[in-house]
Amino acid sequence: MAPTHSALSRRPPKPGFSKPIVVEPAPLPEATLRPPYPFSAIVGQDAMRRALLVAAVDPAVGGVLVFGDRGTGKSTAVRALAALLPPMRAVAGCAYSCDPVEAASLCPACAARRGQGLAVETVPVPVVDLPLGATEDRVVGALDIGRALGAGERAFEPGLLARANRGFLYIDEVNLLEDHLVDLLLDVAASGVNTVEREGLSLRHPARFVLVGSGNPEEGELRPQLLDRFGLAVTVTTPTDLPTRIAIVRRRDAYERDPVAFAAEWAGEEARLQGRILAARAQWPEVVVPDAVLEAAARLCLALGTDGLRGELTLMRTARALASLESAATVTLDHLREVAPSALSHRLRRNPLDEAGSEARIARALAETLA
Amino acid sequence: MSAGPDPAWSRACLAAALVALDPTGTGSVLRARPGPVREAWLDRLRALLPPGAPVTRLPAGIADDALLGGLDLPATLRTGRPVAQAGLAARSHGGVMLVPMAERLTPAIAARLAQALDAGAVEIARDGVTARHPARFGLVLLDEREGEDETVPACLADRAAFHLDLDAIPVGAIAAAPPPLDLALARAADPEMPAEAADTLCALAARLGIASLRAPLLALRVARLHAALDGRAVVAEPDLAAAAALVLAPRARTWPPDDEEGNAPPPVAGIDRAGEPASGPDDDDRRDDHRPADDRILAAAAASLPPGLLARLVSGVTPRTRSPGAGRAGAAAAAQRGRPVGVRPGDPRRGRLALIETLRAAAPWQRLRRGDGEVRLRIAAQDLRIRRLVQRRETTTIFAVDASGSAALERLAEAKGAVEQLLAECYVRRDRVALVAFRGGGADLLLVPTRSLVRAKRALAALPGGGGTPLAAGIAAAGRLAAAERRGGRSPVVLLLTDGRANIDRAGRPGRAQAGADALAAARALAAEGIPGLLIDTAARPQDAARALAAAMGARYLPMPQADAARLAKAVREVAPAA
Repeated sequence: MAPTHSALSRRPPKPGFSKPIVVEPAPLPEATLRPPYPFSAIVGQDAMRRALLVAAVDPAVGGVLVFGDRGTGKSTAVRALAALLPPMRAVAGCAYSCDPVEAASLCPACAARRGQGLAVETVPVPVVDLPLGATEDRVVGALDIGRALGAGERAFEPGLLARANRGFLYIDEVNLLEDHLVDLLLDVAASGVNTVEREGLSLRHPARFVLVGSGNPEEGELRPQLLDRFGLAVTVTTPTDLPTRIAIVRRRDAYERDPVAFAAEWAGEEARLQGRILAARAQWPEVVVPDAVLEAAARLCLALGTDGLRGELTLMRTARALASLESAATVTLDHLREVAPSALSHRLRRNPLDEAGSEARIARALAETLA
Repeated sequence: MSAGPDPAWSRACLAAALVALDPTGTGSVLRARPGPVREAWLDRLRALLPPGAPVTRLPAGIADDALLGGLDLPATLRTGRPVAQAGLAARSHGGVMLVPMAERLTPAIAARLAQALDAGAVEIARDGVTARHPARFGLVLLDEREGEDETVPACLADRAAFHLDLDAIPVGAIAAAPPPLDLALARAADPEMPAEAADTLCALAARLGIASLRAPLLALRVARLHAALDGRAVVAEPDLAAAAALVLAPRARTWPPDDEEGNAPPPVAGIDRAGEPASGPDDDDRRDDHRPADDRILAAAAASLPPGLLARLVSGVTPRTRSPGAGRAGAAAAAQRGRPVGVRPGDPRRGRLALIETLRAAAPWQRLRRGDGEVRLRIAAQDLRIRRLVQRRETTTIFAVDASGSAALERLAEAKGAVEQLLAECYVRRDRVALVAFRGGGADLLLVPTRSLVRAKRALAALPGGGGTPLAAGIAAAGRLAAAERRGGRSPVVLLLTDGRANIDRAGRPGRAQAGADALAAARALAAEGIPGLLIDTAARPQDAARALAAAMGARYLPMPQADAARLAKAVREVAPAA
C-alpha cells in the first residue's frame, strides 16, 4: 500500500487540522435554496403519498415510517410535503411557534404573557430535518453557551424538538440513528412534551410533531420494538413498469434542469392539493364512522391478532382522514381496505423469517373478514 | 503502443473530463489499487477542474465534527458566542472529495455523505451549533479492495455516475494520454435534450436489468455533459451511446438475448452468448419497444463492458450483492474503540475531556467565581466532564455450513432449518450474521456480515448441495472472516454445521486421511485464535469425527437430532459473549 494510506489509517485528525474556515451561523439560508420537488408531481408511490397526506390532515395518527428501496423518492416526498402544507398562525417570536388559539398548549413564556395579548404572525409549518450525527444537546435543547459565557446567565437554548413543534420531524436513515436518540424522539413524539433536565436547567415545553422516518432495510433492520410506535408504516419499492419509470425520470430531469420553472408549472396542482388538505382538516371531525365499519375494523384486528387497541384506533383515524381527503361524509369499507396495510402491517406479531410478509396476511384477513 | 490508445483508458479519460465538467452531478467509483494508472487518472481530473476548485481527501474513520463541522473553539472563546466551523464536506464545496479505501467506509459516514450529496449542503446540529453550510461536491470513491468480499457502500455507488475499473488498464496505456482539453466552453454550454432521450435510456436500463432509477437519471445528465463537451447544441446519438457505455453498462445485471438477428451487439472477446439467462422483468416491453437506435446504443454499451462481467452474466452468476458495511476491519478499529454516548463528571486523566460540556457546566458560576474586572474563565474540578464511551461489542455469528454430498444431501434441508432458527435468534439480538458454505472444491463466502435477515434468508435458500467435503477450507474461511470481524471490533462466533467427514484436503485433493488431518489442523488454528465456536453435528447418528473436531476447535458439540430450536438458541447464547 502506498505510504499516503498508512498515514490516513492513523487516528482521525482533530477538527481544524487544516486551515479552519470560520462560518457565521446562517439564520436564513432556506430562501436561497432551490424550491423542493412538488408533491403533486410525484409519480406512483400511492401508499406513501396517502400516508403522508393523512398525517398532514390528522397529526394524531402518530407518525409515518417509510421503508424501502434506494432512490424511490422517500426523502423527496417528505420534503415536498413541507412545501405543500398551508402556513399556520403562531405567536410572534416564540421559539416553539405556539398556537395563539390553544391556551392549553402554550409554552410557559407565552402562557405568562397571554394576559397582555399575544402578537401573531403567519409562519410556514416547520419540517425539521434531523441530521445524522446530531448530538443530544441540539435535539432536546441545552444551556445557551453564548449567554452563559458572556453574561453568566442560565438561559435555555431550544433545540430541534422546539423547532419541530406543530410540524414534522423527519429522520432519514432512521435505522442508522443512535438508539438512545430514537428512543428519546419516540417518547417525545408520543407525549407531545419535551422535558429538559440538564446543566441545572429544568423545564418542559410543548413538542407536538409528526415523526416521519425513512430507511432502507438493506442497511439494517429497525428494532422490532420501535416499529409499532409509528402510526403508519409503508413499504416503497422501485417501480418496474417502463412507462412509470420513464415518467419519473422525465419529471425528475425537468426539475433538476430548472427547479423554479418546474415548480411554477406545478403550482396550480399544488394549490389544489393544499385546498384539499385544508378542507379535509376542517371536515374530518364530522366524518361519520358507521357501526358496521367499526365492527369490521374490530373483526379485522381480531383476525390478525394485533396487540392492544392501538391498531384499531389508528385504523379508524386513518380511514376517517382518508374519507375527508376524498370529501366523503362517511367512512366506508373501501376506505378501511385502503388504509389497513399501512395502519396494521407493522403491528402484527411477525415471524422475522416469514418473507411473504405482513401485507399478504392483511390482504388475506381483509378478504376473509370484509367479504 | 502502436495499436493506438487503449479503449478502456480513453473511456476513463472521458469520464475524468465529465467529472471535471460537473463534479456534483456525476462522481465516480474508481476500482483501482494505488499505482501509476490511478495517479494518472487523478492528475488528469485535477488538471481539468476549474482553477481554485478544491480537491480534498477523506481520512479514514473521520469524526463527525471534522466531516460535517462543529464548534470552532478558539473563535468561540475569543468572541464569547458560538462560532461554527466548516467541516471537510463544506470545504469540498465546488470541487471533488476523494475517498480512499471507499470499500471500508462505515454505513454511518456513507449515509452522511449521501445526505450531503442529496442536499448540496451539510446541516449540523451538534456541540452547541446549528448551521447549514453549502457543500456541493463530487465524490470520487477509490475502491481498493483485494477480493470480492468488500464493496463500496451501495448508497454512494448508486449516486455515482461512473463505475470505472482501472485495474485492467496496462501501465503502458497511460503514456498515450489524450490531449489536454479546455472545458471553459463546455461549462458555459447548455445543450438541449430531445424528449425521447429519457425513454431510450430508461428502456435501455430496464433491458440491462438495472433496478435503480438513479441510473437513467445519471445517464441523462452524462449525455447532456457529453454533448456540451463535444460542442453540440442538441443531445445526439453519440452522447446517448457514451452515457450508456459509461453509466449503464457497468451496472448491467442481465443482458438481453438476441431475439433478432443482425441487431445483436458485437460479440465480446470470445464469449459465446448462447444460453444466456432470461433477463429482468421487462421482457414484454422489449418486444414492442425495439428501435434500431436503442440497439446501436446498446451495442456501444456492450463494447465497453469489461469481458469478465459479461462472462459472469453469461454463466448466470451475477456478482454478489454485498452488504454496505462489509469488511470494515483494521483501519477503523481505532475509531471504534467506543462511541460517545454522552458525558459525565469526571477526571480527564481517566477519559477524554468533553470541552464543550465542561464549559457549559462552568458557565453559570462564572459571575460568582470571578473577581472584579477579571475576564478569564474559572473552571473548577467539579465542572470537568469527560466523554462517556460505550464499546458495544457487536456479535457476528458466522455460519459455516457443510453443503457437501456426504452429510448434507438428505440433511441439508434440516440443517437449513436449524440455521433459520438461529437466524431468528440473531435477529432478536441484532447480531450480524455471515454465511460460509463449503462443498466440492472449496469454501464460498455466500453472505458477508450483515444485519439484514432478508438477505441471510435468501443466501441460505439459494445454497446448493452436493460434492465433496472440503472441511479444512470451510473452517479456514470461517476463521479468516472471524479474524477480520475481530479486527473490526466485533466479537465473532463460529457455528459449524457438519458431519465431520472430510474428504477433500486443504489443497483441494481428494483423500480422507489427509483431509481429516487438515480439518483438525484448521480447527486447532481457530481454537488458538480464541474464537468461540459451536459445532452442530448434522449426521443422523452422532459421529466421533465431529466430536473430535469440536474438541480441536475448543467448541461446544451438539448433535442435531437433539438440537431443537430452544436448545440451539440456548447453546448459542452460552457460546456468544455477552453483547
